Amino acid sequence: MSRSATDIDAKRSTYIGLIAGSTVVFMGLVGIGVGLNERMLIDPILSLGYLFVLTVPFVAGFVAANEVVLEGMEEPEKGSRDLLAGGIAGLAGGLVVGLFLVVLNRFDLSEWMPRWGDQLLDLFSFRQGVGLGIVISLVVGAVLGAFGGGIHVLKPEAKRLLTIVGVSVLTLAILEAVVDDFLGEIGLKSLARLLYASGGGLAFVPALIVVAIATALALGFKGKGTELKNQYDAMDEGEQKKYNTYMMFATIATAIILPIFLGKIVNELLANIGLFVLLALGLNIVVGRAGILDIGYVAFFAVGAYAMAVLTTPEAPWRLNDTFANTAFSWLPVLPWLVALPIVVVLTGFVGLLIGTPVIRMRGDYLAIVTLGFGEIIRLLFLSDWLSPTLGGSQGIRNIPGVDIGIAEVNGTDPRAVFWLVAVFVALAIYISHQLETSRIGRAWMAIREDEPVAEAMGINTVTTKLFAFVTGAVLASFSGAIFAAKVGSTFPNSFLLLVSIIILVVVIVGGMGNIPGVIVGAVVLIGILGGPKQPGLLAEFSEFKLLIYGALLVFMMLKRPEGLIPNAARTRELHLEEALQDAWLKGEKPGSDDDEAVATA
Amino acid sequence: MTLLDIKNVTISFGGLTAIDDLNFHVEEGEIVSVIGPNGAGKTTFFNLITGLASPDHGQINFEGESIIGLDPNEITARGIGRTFQNVRLFPQMTILENVMVAQHCRTSQKIWGPLFRTKAYKEEEALIRKNAEEVLGFFGPRLIGYRLHQPAFVLSYANRRRLEIARAMATQPRLLMLDEPVAGMNPMETAELTQLIGKLRSEWGFTIVIIEHDMRLVRDVSDRVVVLDHGVTIAQGSYDHVSTHPDVIEAYLGRSAGDK
Repeated sequence: MSRSATDIDAKRSTYIGLIAGSTVVFMGLVGIGVGLNERMLIDPILSLGYLFVLTVPFVAGFVAANEVVLEGMEEPEKGSRDLLAGGIAGLAGGLVVGLFLVVLNRFDLSEWMPRWGDQLLDLFSFRQGVGLGIVISLVVGAVLGAFGGGIHVLKPEAKRLLTIVGVSVLTLAILEAVVDDFLGEIGLKSLARLLYASGGGLAFVPALIVVAIATALALGFKGKGTELKNQYDAMDEGEQKKYNTYMMFATIATAIILPIFLGKIVNELLANIGLFVLLALGLNIVVGRAGILDIGYVAFFAVGAYAMAVLTTPEAPWRLNDTFANTAFSWLPVLPWLVALPIVVVLTGFVGLLIGTPVIRMRGDYLAIVTLGFGEIIRLLFLSDWLSPTLGGSQGIRNIPGVDIGIAEVNGTDPRAVFWLVAVFVALAIYISHQLETSRIGRAWMAIREDEPVAEAMGINTVTTKLFAFVTGAVLASFSGAIFAAKVGSTFPNSFLLLVSIIILVVVIVGGMGNIPGVIVGAVVLIGILGGPKQPGLLAEFSEFKLLIYGALLVFMMLKRPEGLIPNAARTRELHLEEALQDAWLKGEKPGSDDDEAVATA
Repeated sequence: MTLLDIKNVTISFGGLTAIDDLNFHVEEGEIVSVIGPNGAGKTTFFNLITGLASPDHGQINFEGESIIGLDPNEITARGIGRTFQNVRLFPQMTILENVMVAQHCRTSQKIWGPLFRTKAYKEEEALIRKNAEEVLGFFGPRLIGYRLHQPAFVLSYANRRRLEIARAMATQPRLLMLDEPVAGMNPMETAELTQLIGKLRSEWGFTIVIIEHDMRLVRDVSDRVVVLDHGVTIAQGSYDHVSTHPDVIEAYLGRSAGDK
């Protein structure tokens, strides 16, 4: 059954378009458009601000043309109607923006909305004034919407090509700082100057060259990825293990060698990412594996950092304070970092036990609220006057020495060394997570996450097992805290806001809960691009909108892809295996003599 | 020898007395069926034994020792394994993992074993794996082979019930409690499981308590049938005795109009 080109749900398209238009206006009013406009991605045609604004009608067109095909229904033919549906959505969006331009021009609401003004007008009208601006926004909206809808018409190969080209150009543009830094360190500064425009952003001609190279590579290596994967799947277990070992050594070698060729800024970024990877791995055990929704996780990070600060700082408040001069602790010498670490780990584990014991008996929402409370209590204790003689109150502890490893001291002034130190602990954390997850304890965690009462009925002591997850999470956080203290050289209660807990949780959820590679990718992408609570990311311009984007991302992921960016690979493979076997069975080749139907007809 | 001995147990939820002064016992090696109309208190009775609910008063002795007040996991460790009426597997875990995790209380490796992959740890893992495959193999080829590494949620309904029994078997119980093991199965599957329940006793040595509505299964497997209604035992004895007992017929069908 073929359908005419006009047979579309115009109402739905318009509705989506209106939402998209309002989204663009909202983005403009909160300042995303103007604020990010200074960061050029491709000089002079695309800035980060425009990327955000223009993506909206494109996505709207894509969504409008996307039809839900139920099983058993004939899939509608792709064609001009997709373009039309997308175009209508884009047009509706353009209309909203156009109307907004009129309002923006006629009234002055800058008193209530700081972003209200000529800059916003210029952005939305492409500097062409209101009249022409309306026309342009309608046209741009419709065209982009149609492009978005047109994606459905494309063949899979063409989609793949477009994705690869688009992603490589954007990646290169976003990674400007890294690439620039890298090329500078290996003496190819001139290449970097060619690649990037002086005001930032990929220069136009190199961008075209990148497009050409990406196209060539995409076409040249077509199907190679699947081929490699098939080869890997065809290997037996021993060979796969060997291959995995090679990959592991390659990764380790990269982690050792790469920082040498990177400058201070990028190494600093890598070190920050590493600290968050550590935290995310810890939280992953607690939330992803054992299913304990802990939103006060920053407490353990804080305890780790403060414990390290107290033990290793010669001028720590408590040493200078008379009250402590003659107490039982006065004999405690100033410890070097490596000696203090075991104490810090044990102490944080103990705090985990202390907080966990009352909390762990609760479930679900109640547990989340209580962990939130404990997270804040710990921070407020550090801030309190009561403990300020020991911990410095809001002044915190300063002049924390770095990590003395014999040949050199690792501290914040040498981010490269910090990165290596972090990398060692990340490797350790990955090892611990992996070994525990695949063991008896790991299985018990999973069972508790799946169905706690049943897990208990199957002989698992849920209280001690959950407590163990909680404490393991705390220990991994203490690694991060201990390095953080030595890296930054000071600890303040303000470094351990609730926000940190939430961002780590978002990292875990977006990356892929319960999955080690997913969590690492999540941390690298989110912390790397957007930045941590206080640490800048690659797109430093985002800092103002970081929380907005984190929040939007969390909502989107929970709605559309709750399994995260990188879902549990083993699970996916199993599901595909099922399909393959099912296909074989349908063709009459019984995979095993199993199947209930076989029994029923016997 | 009396394996499970329940004396004068009462439990009420609010105003409803779910189990009222119940006496019940299971001899070692017996298969006992508990039947009764919906709401008779059968599942509450199971929950009392497995520690998911605790009685207001009365005694529950397992192997001569009181198990009242113990946590469900402690009771499982003592040797009572169970299935659930509304199948409750760990859906995202693989079939193998479902059965492996049930051996938790029979194994002991904690932190150092898995972290350093010690010899003791590897031996224990191998044993867990072997036990798991053995238990799954009990149901023929359905749950083994390529199925081992599939998540439990892909299983058909009947296979989920089988996996639940396998999981209860893996806790290495002395007393196996099956809550409606054939609910939702077709006659062929029911007949097959009836045979397997017999084998659970003869080959595996489990003592078994079954809640079931399928009377053919009850007739074929049970040594003794206990009928509950409104939390009270209204009849017990052989299937033939119970099935003709007037109180039982009344509980299921109501009194005939002429008997007033």
